[in-house]
Amino acid sequence: MAVDPIHQFQIIDLFPVVKIGHTEIAFTNSAAYMAVAVLVIMLFLIGGTARRSLVPGRLQSAAELSYEFVANTIRSTAGTEGMRFFPFVFTLFMFILVVNLIGLIPYTFTVTTHIVITATLALSVFVTVLVYGFWKNGLHFFNLFVPKGIPVYILPLIVFIEVLSFISRPISHSVRLFANMLAGHITLKVFASFITLLGGLGIFGIAGATLPLALVVALTALELLVAFLQAYVFAILTCIYLNDAIHPGH
Amino acid sequence: MADDRRGTTGERKEPPDDEAALSARLQRLGDRLATANRPSENDTGPRQHADASAMARGFRLSTELVAGVVVGALIGWLLDRWLGISPWGLIVFLLLGFAAGVLNVMRAAGVVRDRNLTD
Repeated sequence: MAVDPIHQFQIIDLFPVVKIGHTEIAFTNSAAYMAVAVLVIMLFLIGGTARRSLVPGRLQSAAELSYEFVANTIRSTAGTEGMRFFPFVFTLFMFILVVNLIGLIPYTFTVTTHIVITATLALSVFVTVLVYGFWKNGLHFFNLFVPKGIPVYILPLIVFIEVLSFISRPISHSVRLFANMLAGHITLKVFASFITLLGGLGIFGIAGATLPLALVVALTALELLVAFLQAYVFAILTCIYLNDAIHPGH
Repeated sequence: MADDRRGTTGERKEPPDDEAALSARLQRLGDRLATANRPSENDTGPRQHADASAMARGFRLSTELVAGVVVGALIGWLLDRWLGISPWGLIVFLLLGFAAGVLNVMRAAGVVRDRNLTD
């Protein structure tokens, strides 16, 4: 049987939406899963906050926990001033988390395995940092690239390196999430295909297939961890970058 | 409480007392929670969740270096193409990109304190 570990990432047009020039914009399976993720988040949060009881139930506890978690992350990295970006960071965190978790369910599509999505998210953070940084600090924002206490004769070099370091941010920001999810899902698929391949080889094959089966179980647990970690890492890096916009170097 | 108030009008004195006591207790609870939570908020030392997992840091460090080098190489290559100074743009910016990547990694690892966290 043909096993294609890349096939799971294929984009399928579900129905066309609009045609611009010669490019047809269609509603794809990726967009469908994004819509599902947004729906899940909305149901989770609206359901969690509907009761507003003093002693929270399970759903309310989970909703409060997610709020507290993101709020603490922002406060500890960007300070209390960073809380004005809470909606932004919370949206990013919940979206990536839910999309990653939905992708772990068999037969589903993982939106974050496409670099278009992660790059768009990372660029939205990058642009927010730039716009807010210049709006709040004006040209003072350029101090970000001029560290203090550097001798004048190597300052131009340092500024170049700092600028490059700044520009490389959206790349590392987006590639990290994309590569982790892509690699994880390919690994899962490959090991899962070993089970069926070995299982077709008779009694010894079935005995041998228990090994990849155990591995797939372990990998699924690992992927669950990675799904959460990557959402967390994306959120915490967003906070660190926003921190630069709120207080650039003095 | 809503049920209490809906009861007979003769016993209206009871619920307000109850409510006052409850709100006083809530107030005290809120105060105690606030004092319990305060140290974690004001503590600007090491981040609370920074060592939530070493794996997250590992993932982070691995991409930082690559991103710096890639950006440097890309800028150098584009400069070469636009200005026709091949191969000097690539050489210089690849090295600068590498330096930026190392800076990224050191900053992410906390070897170099992020200048914004020191103040």
